[in-house]
Amino acid sequence: MTPGILDRSRSVAPPGWSRWLVPPAALSVHLSIGQAYAWSVFKPPLESALDLSGTQSALPFQLAIVMLGLSAAFGGTLVERRGPRWAMAVSLACFSTGFLIAALGAATRQYWLVVLGYGFVGGIGLGIGYISPVSTLIKWFPDRPGMATGIAIMGFGGGALIASPWSARMLDSFGSDSDGIATAFLVHGLTYAVFMTLGVLLVRVPPEGWRPPAGPPAAAPRALVTTAQVSARNAVRTPQFWCLWVVLCMNVTAGIGILEKAAPMITDFFAGTDTPVTASAAAGFVALLSLANMAGRLLWSSTSDVIGRKNMYRVYLGAGALMYLVIARLGDSSKPLFVVCALVILSFYGGGFATVPAYLKDLFGTYQVGAIHGRLLTAWSTAGVLGPLIVNRVADSQEEAGRSGPGLYGLSLGIMIGLLAVGFVANELIRPVDPRHHEPERAGGGTGDTADAEGATDGADGAPTAPGDAYDTRKDPR
Amino acid sequence: MSDHDSGTDRTALTAFAWLWVGLPLAYGLYELAQKASQLFSG
Repeated sequence: MTPGILDRSRSVAPPGWSRWLVPPAALSVHLSIGQAYAWSVFKPPLESALDLSGTQSALPFQLAIVMLGLSAAFGGTLVERRGPRWAMAVSLACFSTGFLIAALGAATRQYWLVVLGYGFVGGIGLGIGYISPVSTLIKWFPDRPGMATGIAIMGFGGGALIASPWSARMLDSFGSDSDGIATAFLVHGLTYAVFMTLGVLLVRVPPEGWRPPAGPPAAAPRALVTTAQVSARNAVRTPQFWCLWVVLCMNVTAGIGILEKAAPMITDFFAGTDTPVTASAAAGFVALLSLANMAGRLLWSSTSDVIGRKNMYRVYLGAGALMYLVIARLGDSSKPLFVVCALVILSFYGGGFATVPAYLKDLFGTYQVGAIHGRLLTAWSTAGVLGPLIVNRVADSQEEAGRSGPGLYGLSLGIMIGLLAVGFVANELIRPVDPRHHEPERAGGGTGDTADAEGATDGADGAPTAPGDAYDTRKDPR
Repeated sequence: MSDHDSGTDRTALTAFAWLWVGLPLAYGLYELAQKASQLFSG
């Protein structure tokens, strides 16, 4: 039977295909699904048009994030097996259809359709789309996996920057009643479908035996980077996976600690000083944090290609804790110091997301790195609940205790430092994976790429191991 | 095989693809920079 157009075997790159076509393919998906973080633009119009509470209007976003985690965790192996073009097409179909169902819901004033469409159907598009380009990028850029995944995951942060002003202007034009919201949803669904099509058309997997062009020799051998391959099912049985899960969860929780309360925090810190912060300046501060979050994804993930993944997380967690300490002790003495520390923390938050696929590749190989990444994203979902819960509960309790100004946040900041310390220890515990978890080598010295423990056959995307990618797995990671 | 094995020129396609994603991102960054400037002027 002839394989379909979306099949992995039909997306093998022809001779001369530039690997620099793959990052824009990935970005077209990530810039689109990153819209999820601009959902708040629709909340006030929905609340007034459909007579909803704030909690109700948040439901589509919350369900979308839950579905992101679930579809990435449970769909990862399928994404690895069917290939990136199939995954991007599924993401496009789900994300776009989700908006169209939501448009129908707004037009007919059936809010459950908005929740089902944007939250459930669109959320599947988020999860599948988020992991769709990861393993392909790593295979095209074995010499710079951090930079490659950093570009894509930076796109997820950039998606909200585009959607937020764009959606707001659309609502201004179409109106904020149910018909206006329905039209805006419809335009979103159609536009994102066209925009994401570029990714479906452009994405290619490298052919068997492909090697990156020779660049400057690596400065030092990477002790942690393995040539062995570990399946997703085996990966979750290793302590390395769970140590990294803790690292990601702690880093994200600490970042959310700032994100969740950024505007009130800077206002409260400088309320009693000669330089109080106005509401519009606080909004500018929040925008600047978004920029740091996005820039950190590319900057720090690329840096990890040079200094090694373990060292990069030492910086995220160790220097991050130091920044929190500076804010707690000296934050109210200097506004520039407060802003710089917060920006660094947010850049580490973004960097933590973007560096983790390359860390997984170092530990488990390229075989099912996308699927393993999908399973690891449950740490994000956990942090998404944990972070706001800690910060809001603590802030409320401090207010009830009669504290004000910086005193409101002292305990929260202390907790964040503790969480980062836990993450730092978990990162230190990461060692190369025990060889008993490795896939058996194929005859001819291959890496066992088609011997999928879950029954998958990888087909044409043979995960060739590139020069400079082969190091001793027995040494301690850098 | 590498990026440079073939005579096929993908420069135009590569430029188009990067513009496709770069222009919306530039719009988003511009809007963000305007908002962020309120920190210093507000």
